[in-house]
Amino acid sequence: MDSQKDYVLRTVEERGIRFVQLWFTDVLGIPKAFNITPAELENALDEGMTFDGSAIDGFSRVQESDVLAVPDPKTFQLLPYLTGGAPVARVVCDILNLDGTPFEGDPRYVLRRALDQARDQGFSFYVAPELEYFYFEPPGAPGQPPHPLDEGSYFELMGNDRATALRRETVLMLEEMGIPVEYSQHEDAPSQHEIDLRYTDAMTMADTVMLVRVVVKEMAARSGILATFMPKPLSGVQGSGMHTHMSLFDGDTNAFYDDSDEYHLSEVARQFIAGVLHHAREITAITNQWVNSYKRLIVSQEDQPLIEAPVYLSWAQNNRSALVRVPPTKKGKRDSTRIEYRSPDPSTNPYLAWAVVLAAGLAGVKGHYQLPKEASANIYRMSAQERLAEGINALPASLAEALDVMEGSELVAGALGEHVFEWFLRNKRAEWAAYKAEVTPFEVRRYLEAL
Amino acid sequence: MEPLLVFPGPPPAAVGHALAMASYTWKSVTSLADAEQYEPEDGWSGGVVCADDQPDAAFALCRALRKRDVPFAPLLLVLSPQQLGALELREDLFDDFCATPCDPRELEARLAHLFWRTGRGLRPELVEYGPLVLNLETYQASVAGRPLSLTFMEYELLKFLATHPGKVFTRETLLSRVWGYEYYGGARTVDVHIRRLRAKLGEEQANLISTVRSVGYRFGQSRWAL
Repeated sequence: MDSQKDYVLRTVEERGIRFVQLWFTDVLGIPKAFNITPAELENALDEGMTFDGSAIDGFSRVQESDVLAVPDPKTFQLLPYLTGGAPVARVVCDILNLDGTPFEGDPRYVLRRALDQARDQGFSFYVAPELEYFYFEPPGAPGQPPHPLDEGSYFELMGNDRATALRRETVLMLEEMGIPVEYSQHEDAPSQHEIDLRYTDAMTMADTVMLVRVVVKEMAARSGILATFMPKPLSGVQGSGMHTHMSLFDGDTNAFYDDSDEYHLSEVARQFIAGVLHHAREITAITNQWVNSYKRLIVSQEDQPLIEAPVYLSWAQNNRSALVRVPPTKKGKRDSTRIEYRSPDPSTNPYLAWAVVLAAGLAGVKGHYQLPKEASANIYRMSAQERLAEGINALPASLAEALDVMEGSELVAGALGEHVFEWFLRNKRAEWAAYKAEVTPFEVRRYLEAL
Repeated sequence: MEPLLVFPGPPPAAVGHALAMASYTWKSVTSLADAEQYEPEDGWSGGVVCADDQPDAAFALCRALRKRDVPFAPLLLVLSPQQLGALELREDLFDDFCATPCDPRELEARLAHLFWRTGRGLRPELVEYGPLVLNLETYQASVAGRPLSLTFMEYELLKFLATHPGKVFTRETLLSRVWGYEYYGGARTVDVHIRRLRAKLGEEQANLISTVRSVGYRFGQSRWAL
């Protein structure tokens, strides 16, 4: 432990770092940071920095509002995307109460608890998310729809190149920061891009996702471009998801792999999928936490272009409409056997999202849940009765419905802990109430003259 | 610093005296099997082989040590003046020699010089491999003069690998040697960190760390792969 601190302190000195950002995340998944100088760093590493948590979403409590940010020296790294001036580094913090116990509102603590539970069952949890996002021209007048970089222009090629160059630069920056990327541009929506991250353990990845979102936005802002992880910024085209590939490892062995199975899925994998499907409705308020998230989770009308967002509680190998997909792997590639959970969007709080998904899957393993039959190819085109006959339920259709389901969930309450569970429900009910009170352009367009 | 290998056991009094004066830790061995059995986890830091008593066994030991994937170094040979002719055609078996009777101060000075030259030992804290330089004192790493921004565990892993070039390690070994007992996430953690290190080393240097199929990882070239 001491050599880690030593490492951080020496690096700050050797590299001439003038500011160290202490990072943490609020309950809604918004990155927060405060800067300290190298002189304060040693003390911060030893004792943490006290700050008033009452202004942070989800940190407020009735009595005591001061909390401690304690840097996790493992996460220390330079931030090369901040150019100009002396180098800046960041270190991710755990939030503690003043008495040194973990603060129950800290999303990192929520995930750590879930990972500890997995470890008690003998598993480590690995994830690899695919982050989709849009590039837009900087916003004009408020309320106007955003303007994609490569649409409505004769200079499509130019626009395209700008976005592609920016994405490439961003990926190189991430690589430089030691975040390996497999990436591809999305063809489905104008100006939509995708960055696929290589798997790591879930805690590292949650820290990484927080960083990647900031890097993507910062790099774009530098070029006068707006990057957004909003789940559904444009009507009529696909929204942005954060499909997450997941596997459980038992030591060095992929617990999801079984050579004798048709899909190479072990019993543990099948039970895990069953758990995720069984509890999917309960955890959706967390994985899809905004009013806007539910505009992505739709089925396109028959005359509209197909939108491949998962809506129905189903699993399949090759059907991209399924909520859980089992990507086919090459024979013998036992380590890459995994499942892909497709509902989360990139604006979720990754710590909380993976904590609840993991809890759902582990509940399936612990309770030996039975995996339902694989979905037939065309759930989207089935009638409601046909789906009912096959027992296929749907994800919540709105934030309000998702909150109702979550409120009754023992599983989610247990995974999040009372503090986060209650605060989240209260905050999201308020968001829904504010949304409900709004008269939307849709209504004006549709009703003003007709009614 | 890991102990020095000394042959034979017990060594001649002058050698023992010189080593004690320089406060090196050492362990005497009587055979190659001994040398392997008692080798410290991080490898011998060097060796003093006395050939005056059992020349054949001594030269055989030198040859075996030098034939390893990572040739054993530095190696100081101690021999009688009558044996000097035997050094011909054996130049590759030692880094320096000293003829008996030798002054313990000379032996000490020669050892110190050898350690300085090979970058090991008490003073220099630099590990160099091609364009890669690790400064163990300041925890800084650079490639061709470009500083690498590493996290602590990335640095520790690189340090471990770079100080054992050419040797293949399994993920389990790396996990227990680099992470100790505090790791969170099993042997795949090693893969994750190797990938991150390669990304940071940059495309040109990414092959400094090679994957040895179904075994593990190796830093640098195996001597026999060239």
